[in-house]
Amino acid sequence: MINKKKFDFAAHLKSVEENYQMIQILNEKGDIVNSDLVPDLSNEELVQLFKDMLWSRALNDRSVILARQGRLGFFGPSAGQEASQLASCLAFDKNDYLLPGYRDIPILVKRGLPLYKAFLWSKGHVEGGMYPEDFLSTTPEIIIGAQYIKAAGVGLGFKKRGKKQVVFTYTGDGGSSQGDFYEGINVAGAFKVPVVFIVQNNQYAISTPWRKQTAANTLAQKAAAAGIPGVLVDGMDPLAVYAIAKAARDWALAGNGPILIETFTSRFQPHSMSGDDPKLYRDEDSYAEWEGKDPMIRMRTYLTKKGLWNQDQEEGLIKQFDQQIQEAVKKADDAPKQKISQLLELMFEEPTQVLKEQIESYKKKEGE
Amino acid sequence: MAQLTMIQAITNALDNALEKDENTLIFGQDVGLNGGVFRATQGLQAKYGEERVFDTPLAESAIGGLAIGLAFENFRPIPEIQFFGFIFEVMDGIAGQMSRTRYRTGGTRTMPITIRSPFGGGVHAPELHSDSLEGLMAQIPGIKVVIPSNPFDAKGLLLASIEDDDPVIFLEHMKLYRSFKEEVPEEYYTVPLGKAKIVFEGTDVSIVTYGYMVHEALKVAKQLDEEGISVEVIDLRTVSPIDIETIIQSVEKTGRLVVVQEAQRQAGVASTIMAEMAERKRAILALKAPIGRVSAPDSVYAFSLAENDWLPDAQDIIDKVKEAINFD
Repeated sequence: MINKKKFDFAAHLKSVEENYQMIQILNEKGDIVNSDLVPDLSNEELVQLFKDMLWSRALNDRSVILARQGRLGFFGPSAGQEASQLASCLAFDKNDYLLPGYRDIPILVKRGLPLYKAFLWSKGHVEGGMYPEDFLSTTPEIIIGAQYIKAAGVGLGFKKRGKKQVVFTYTGDGGSSQGDFYEGINVAGAFKVPVVFIVQNNQYAISTPWRKQTAANTLAQKAAAAGIPGVLVDGMDPLAVYAIAKAARDWALAGNGPILIETFTSRFQPHSMSGDDPKLYRDEDSYAEWEGKDPMIRMRTYLTKKGLWNQDQEEGLIKQFDQQIQEAVKKADDAPKQKISQLLELMFEEPTQVLKEQIESYKKKEGE
Repeated sequence: MAQLTMIQAITNALDNALEKDENTLIFGQDVGLNGGVFRATQGLQAKYGEERVFDTPLAESAIGGLAIGLAFENFRPIPEIQFFGFIFEVMDGIAGQMSRTRYRTGGTRTMPITIRSPFGGGVHAPELHSDSLEGLMAQIPGIKVVIPSNPFDAKGLLLASIEDDDPVIFLEHMKLYRSFKEEVPEEYYTVPLGKAKIVFEGTDVSIVTYGYMVHEALKVAKQLDEEGISVEVIDLRTVSPIDIETIIQSVEKTGRLVVVQEAQRQAGVASTIMAEMAERKRAILALKAPIGRVSAPDSVYAFSLAENDWLPDAQDIIDKVKEAINFD
């Protein structure tokens, strides 16, 4: 028998991809384009969100300078990702559990981590990772994607304890290429645990463009393989990011299982301040395009049109932020010098025989 | 008191742990209904329910990640990695995450995780099922590596591992699972981690070993006893940290040391012991002969049909002991 019709693989794939259209609520001109999805935020909350974004940009700008001066350790700039970060974390409760990536310092601080501790983490001081017991977060993840499987574990813990809490975790486009990404969303789906997985697609894994990392037309569609919802959001649109993150939290909290959100965003600056040169991999023209989509501009325009914001407010606010940042820098600079003998004590509850000998020998060196 | 094989002693220990502490959870591939490929968790899901004894997807890294996340939620996870050769798939979870958590968080978070896994040669398994990878694990700061050689220790060491607030890799030699029975108390007890045990006393030469090789060393001790050579056998039981003091005391008594491991020669546990003895005054001054080492050669773990020739055995140990005795 001769086949009359060939199976249309291309059409089959297209039908999958069509389900992942980008959600936008506030466009680049600061106009609402999707009134059905406008989130329920009061005027005060909208203004606070914008203030948080301004603070995050100010923190980024000062941190870039500090890093250039060699006063920070590792630092990953976050400018451009303010909507993706600050609007998403706004959707979560204090009792929700955060597993951030290393670029998500603003989220950690917004949720209560003292800024000087964030600086100490960057500089490489133990105190930077010492969180109070009720501060529900891991330290910023260095191994890209590893936070996704840990998030599934915390989510399983919440479910087993019957807690009304949600886990939320962040990785980037690069992270979505990792095995742990797939294992994380798959096992979370299999166990139907309350986790909101957020992929901030800032388009580059250091230098490798996201299009070169995958044949997938969106990163959100990777959720389909795990049998969980995946949503693509305009990551430069704070209202869309918040609306979807909030809905995802509600979904997870209601016991429906995990969800994957891709926030399509842009990193305006290098991957890190440790020698990365975007000129090698990024077209100069692309900056103009993406800076036109800047979440700060559209939020400012939107609030100004609503009569909620006056440009004059900004200068004073930035000065205030700068002062807070300077105080935190000073406090981090004043942190006590770390002793190797004390760090060795942190390896086990009880030091082993060999560690005890090493602790003694360091104590001698340290003049105790 | 019941006569139990090592696998039965392990099941019994897990049963005790699940009963004693409601925060303990057992999970891994096929550990639920199936009771594990070696039946180590047999009957536990039926007794304690799917909430506490459950199957995971076939994903070792996810098993590690689940353990870490659950530990953050104050559970005491006891995951199983089906065969130790599969551990490479979860190396970040072990070496990159759980072993570093206490340090990374300045002691504010702990990882009371016990990873159980079958390992060891001589059972003609496919590739990556039999490798002795304890040396790799022992190089990771922040993790303990425990290897029992008999049913009684297996139970007590496993319960001590589960009680421990730091992560432990608990390795079960497949050849020992059902090779013999011994008396094992039904009730809860622990055998301390980090403590070696002298399992055969002697005065002429010390053999330090662990796992299945303890039994080859015991054969040697008994055989050489008849020849008038008095061998002391030390079962390390924990290969990280190593009980240096017990080894030194034995060497001070015998003046001769042979270190035996089933693993390949390069790096590893035997090397560490030899180095520790070489740089410690009490040991080096007591030594009357160079330290001998018995191990597998430095190839990939042998093909099944060649493994019996590749693995070290009693004769290899006898040769090294005699070299030490005859050195002058």
